[in-house]
Amino acid sequence: MARQINVALIGNPNTGKTSVFNRLTGLNQQVGNYPGITVEKKQGVCKLDRGLKAHIIDLPGTYSLNASSLDESVVIELLLNKNDKDFPDVAIVVADVENLKRNLLLFTQIKDLGIPTILAINMADRMKRKAISIDIEALEERLETKIVLLSSRKNEGFSSLKELVVNYSQLSTKPCVNASVISPEYFDRLKKVFPNQDLYKLWLVITQDVNFGKLERGEVQGIATFKTESKSNLKRLQQKETIARYQFINGVLKETLTIDTANAKDFRSRLDRILTHKVWGYVIFFGILMLIFQVIFDWSSYPMDFIDSSFASLSEWVKNTLPPGDFTNLLAEGIISGLGGIIIFIPQIAFLFLFIAILEESGYMSRVVFLMDRIMRRFGLSGKSVVPLVSGTACAIPAIMATRNIESWKERLITILVTPFTTCSARLPVYLIIIALVIPEQRVLGIFSLQGLTLMFLYLLGFGAAIFSAWLLNKFLNIRSKTFFVVEMPNYKVPMFKNVAITVIEKTKSFVLGAGKIILAISIILWVLASYGPGDFNEASEIVTQQNSASNLTEEELETKIAAFKLEKSYIGIMGKAIEPAVAPLGYDWKIGIAIVSSFAAREVFVGTLATIYSVGSEEEETIKNRMAAEVNPVLGTPRFNFASGVSLLLFYAFAMQCMSTLAVVKRETNSWKWPMWQLIAMSAIAYVVALGAYQFLK
Amino acid sequence: MPTIAHLKRGQRAIIKSFEVENVPLKLLEMGCLPGNEVMVVQQAPFRDPLYLNINGSHLAIRKETAALIEIELL
Repeated sequence: MARQINVALIGNPNTGKTSVFNRLTGLNQQVGNYPGITVEKKQGVCKLDRGLKAHIIDLPGTYSLNASSLDESVVIELLLNKNDKDFPDVAIVVADVENLKRNLLLFTQIKDLGIPTILAINMADRMKRKAISIDIEALEERLETKIVLLSSRKNEGFSSLKELVVNYSQLSTKPCVNASVISPEYFDRLKKVFPNQDLYKLWLVITQDVNFGKLERGEVQGIATFKTESKSNLKRLQQKETIARYQFINGVLKETLTIDTANAKDFRSRLDRILTHKVWGYVIFFGILMLIFQVIFDWSSYPMDFIDSSFASLSEWVKNTLPPGDFTNLLAEGIISGLGGIIIFIPQIAFLFLFIAILEESGYMSRVVFLMDRIMRRFGLSGKSVVPLVSGTACAIPAIMATRNIESWKERLITILVTPFTTCSARLPVYLIIIALVIPEQRVLGIFSLQGLTLMFLYLLGFGAAIFSAWLLNKFLNIRSKTFFVVEMPNYKVPMFKNVAITVIEKTKSFVLGAGKIILAISIILWVLASYGPGDFNEASEIVTQQNSASNLTEEELETKIAAFKLEKSYIGIMGKAIEPAVAPLGYDWKIGIAIVSSFAAREVFVGTLATIYSVGSEEEETIKNRMAAEVNPVLGTPRFNFASGVSLLLFYAFAMQCMSTLAVVKRETNSWKWPMWQLIAMSAIAYVVALGAYQFLK
Repeated sequence: MPTIAHLKRGQRAIIKSFEVENVPLKLLEMGCLPGNEVMVVQQAPFRDPLYLNINGSHLAIRKETAALIEIELL
């Protein structure tokens, strides 16, 4: 077996660390989570010379070893724990050539841990344009390490980097900065208590609020006494450490780095003047949003229709080809349509992440955060909540996945909790059919269609509900979480195709494998409940044939009558009857009750379920609509879908949490069932009360 | 003493000192240290947040944080 060495990729955010990782590993990478937390763990394998293999971990981006988020504490936990199976034999610190000074801060910290550390200066292709020159040899000497100039874009420098990794044992592990200079007295005391320990490592253990459960007990015992030092005193020492490191770095760079600012062409400031402008900045942002909407709704409808019809014909084909029986039915109606229900989301998810990846890679996303922060902050959200809220109009699932870059846990949690209020595309078919039924085809002021205005109102209602509940949650959610806001404004870059493609593939894959399992399970359960029943269910065809023996029904009409009878007597039908008393005050009967229950798996199931219940053979909208319009309330003798019950249904769908997949994703992102359950109960309660109020008021 | 919150767009200043307790360490690590030069590149409506260039690092901070960092105008 080839010998394997552990390599850790470490670097500030926006240094192109992920491009370096993608170059080294290609698609030969795995994305998972660190155990117990939702921080993404990316690892991959890279073949080296002499039969060596490098196991590469792409650690989350961090500015220093002073962790302030969960992502960052992952880095320091790994680097302090020699017993971890992933503990690096060699670290590669990826630096951005334009921000070398700031990037070296992290480098000196890693080097001081005694880990062999290679400095990889990335984006070297920009040096000429930015008039930067570096004396590599002198810099190597001063930092006592090996340096490689990389360009992920041009694929340059990677063979030298691999060579350096192979020869990692020749690297010096001497520290750059002696941390004890910041307070000789304090470090002397530390040394007396722990004579055999590395002082810098101890210092990190003392100052970090991270989980050191994984560290060996003996290593940190007795350290608590050093934590008693007042918090602000420790912070002052940390600041002194930072200053000492910058002094060292400034000294080093003075002799090795020159930037001819007169020659540097500044594209960035010209773009920023427009893109972050008080007026134009917002106009451009909303323009981009409209474009994204258009694409997600329009372009993805083609692949979605194709997927829909392919799965329908596949299911038909299975039914006709395999011998009839329970297994065939389960396969055709449960599993295949369940799989279809997962796959159909792929186009929207892929398009959405395509745009998000491009906006992020280009550096534009930070400008949006900058523009929107002040407005969003009023509601307990962050500038970074804009992306999820907007994405939520396509589908809440990718939107919730997009909250990961919000540092403050409270702001992130609120964003996750309120995002499902935004009108997702699954609500659209329900809205369309009910609006067509109960809102008259009139024009307001001669131009606006009343039906169109109603639809727009529902979209605004969704946003309003999200913002208002964010405001409420912000008031009542008692989570202590520092909401410091420091956003780096990276330079603009042309997105690299490979990075965008890998992001889209990874996000789509994690949706299909993660939430997909649950959607599939629920659709199988629903199928079973709708396909089996006690007593009369099993004699359905005889009973219906007998009842209708007098009337002259075609075989097809009889079939649909049998199907409707079966549904009524199935387990799900019995459940519908059971909940009828609960939904009757909202203006619904047991049939709508079933449709609501079954659409807990996914909202768009509503129309399909009603189609089956009202025994309409085809799912073509016009026919369902006519059938629904003809449905009569047996007690009042008025149409079932009148203005009052229609409005009540619209409002119910606007507020209710009827999406198993969203709940599954919330569970995964918050790592507990507590929040999705909360969301389910609160949103259902709001939906019920609002729908009840509307029906009782309007009827 | 003026703070970064007082800076107008395009104006330059030198960072003098800041409130140790409330300024996040992350800001220091990104180059916001006494003696370094700071300039406001852009400002959002109501001058919050502020988009700064500190010692070559480009970053945005909220006004409340900017008001904790004292400066000397150049």
